[in-house]
Amino acid sequence: MRREPPRRLADYAPLVFPGLMLLVFFVVPFGTMTAVSFFRRQQGGFYTPDFVLDNYGRFLSPFFGNVLLFSILLAVAVALACVALALPFTFTLSRMARHVQVLWLVALLSVLSLSEVIIGFAWSTLLSRTAGITNILVALGLMESPRALVPSLGAVLTAMIYQALPYTVLVMYPALVRLDPTLLEAARTLGASPLRAFFNVVVPALRNTLVATVIMVFVFALGSYLLPQILGRPTHWTLSVLITDQAVYQSNMPFSAAMAVFLVLLSLALVGLTVLVGRKDDGQ
Amino acid sequence: MSGLEIEGLSKRFGAFTAVDRVSLNVAKGSFVCLLGPSGCGKTTLLRMVAGLEEPSEGRVRLEGEDITSTPTHQRNIGMVFQSLALFTHLSVGQNIAYALRIRGIAREAQDRRVHELLEMVHLGSFADRPVAKLSGGQRQRVAIARALAHSPRLFLLDEPLSALDAKLREAMQVELRQLQQSLGITTVVVTHDQREAMTMADLVVVMGEGRVRQAATPIEVYRNPADAFVAGFIGSTNLLPVTRAANGVALLWGSPVDGLAMPAELASGVLSVRPEDVHLQAAGTGTLDARITFVRDLGATVETFLCTNDTTFISVASPRERGPFAVGHTVGVSLSAARCLVFAA
Repeated sequence: MRREPPRRLADYAPLVFPGLMLLVFFVVPFGTMTAVSFFRRQQGGFYTPDFVLDNYGRFLSPFFGNVLLFSILLAVAVALACVALALPFTFTLSRMARHVQVLWLVALLSVLSLSEVIIGFAWSTLLSRTAGITNILVALGLMESPRALVPSLGAVLTAMIYQALPYTVLVMYPALVRLDPTLLEAARTLGASPLRAFFNVVVPALRNTLVATVIMVFVFALGSYLLPQILGRPTHWTLSVLITDQAVYQSNMPFSAAMAVFLVLLSLALVGLTVLVGRKDDGQ
Repeated sequence: MSGLEIEGLSKRFGAFTAVDRVSLNVAKGSFVCLLGPSGCGKTTLLRMVAGLEEPSEGRVRLEGEDITSTPTHQRNIGMVFQSLALFTHLSVGQNIAYALRIRGIAREAQDRRVHELLEMVHLGSFADRPVAKLSGGQRQRVAIARALAHSPRLFLLDEPLSALDAKLREAMQVELRQLQQSLGITTVVVTHDQREAMTMADLVVVMGEGRVRQAATPIEVYRNPADAFVAGFIGSTNLLPVTRAANGVALLWGSPVDGLAMPAELASGVLSVRPEDVHLQAAGTGTLDARITFVRDLGATVETFLCTNDTTFISVASPRERGPFAVGHTVGVSLSAARCLVFAA
């Protein structure tokens, strides 16, 4: 079906309300924040309107560089782990009976309803010395005495993967359901073992989906704030934690605003990359 | 020498029996068509032969070797899927070379074989093209070449030509048959198109409700269908109700069909007669009279729709041999007893 593009101004009327909302609640605050990022910090106080690049200049410090690098690496690790776990899971799921699929999808959606706070504290309990899973290992005779597994990088990773995995599965699911099952069968009749056929045929057929999913989970994990604080040591804090720290505890609004702008631009650039990958897919 | 032997093969999905104790013997190098309406179990049977579906019971033997529990990738078969299942991330040449790559064949040998296969399916210069740029018929040829690349012992095709338009399909049927004969490879094709089966097959296996209804040469299946189901499925046929007269002759609405005896075990049944064996003549001179309700003149043949006793049946004749009968006329219908078959209803 072909639709006519809107011609008169009145045709755009349905866009007024969402446009207004976007303007008031996103564009204006983001503009304010961007402006503040160029303001001059008042030592011990607030800030004065100005146009200085000092706040962006501080990005060049090794401390900021380290936090940024850690944030990116953490997000990359979470994204890769999520896709590696979700691909075989979703593939198996998409080959199951309809009602089994629905059951799993509902279960995954219910995990999405948990807030980051609940996930964080649940994992901190699960990994604690007093009530954690090491007690089970002790009871099974596999460990001498219970141990605390938090705070640690492993705990941060575990909780972040737990949080992002349902998104990953839900993003990959449509592509896997649409994947022609005879592709795999054709590879098998040609002499490929099921595992080999999976890597030769399914993975390349899903290449664009996989790239887009990695980027999506990466952006999602890049903004992670609570989990590194609850489950990690200060060395595991991400850029988001640093932004809060600067804004709330150091009262350095301009610097935290500059970091926030940077984080948003980085995320937008990656989302743009996803769109680009998607377009290339359509072009084929 | 035996090619493919299927022995008591069944497949049940829960309470539903898709394939019911099918036994079949296919000579090496022959071409078999599994023919039947959709849902008759022909595709499931083919998939069990390929190892893509696990049989509930029964055995499959290929050239004497029991392959019932051999995984698909070790069966050394070639299969063309209805969807073709070409690998769109690979070029035409890479698609065809896939089976060779898996087997670790040297690069030059792969290239030689790909070239040879492309020549065979008349796609000589296509090796480097992406699959997405091919037409339907070209994709079909690539799928066939890919399935034959590793010189399989058995060639399986699942409704291979169903995506093509009628003209191309007819041409491909002939080509596929010639290809199969030149390679001498044991071939099983699933189809619901009886013309396709008649064109290509050495052996037609008509299936219905999971069972083999008849397995015979195409002409035998056409001339001597085993039951009313086969007669109705292969070509077009008229099925008319008959009863048994006291002297054993078949009665068609009370009129005896000259020279046609009812089988001893049947008191009533169904008479099957092909439209080309229904002849029209002057009213009152045939086996019975019928009124003409419609005439479809196709140029090469003329189909006459006849109605009597609320039953419509068809006569087909060439325009030259057919008399000047028009819609509304009542004509005499004569059936040649030698071409009539009577089945249980």
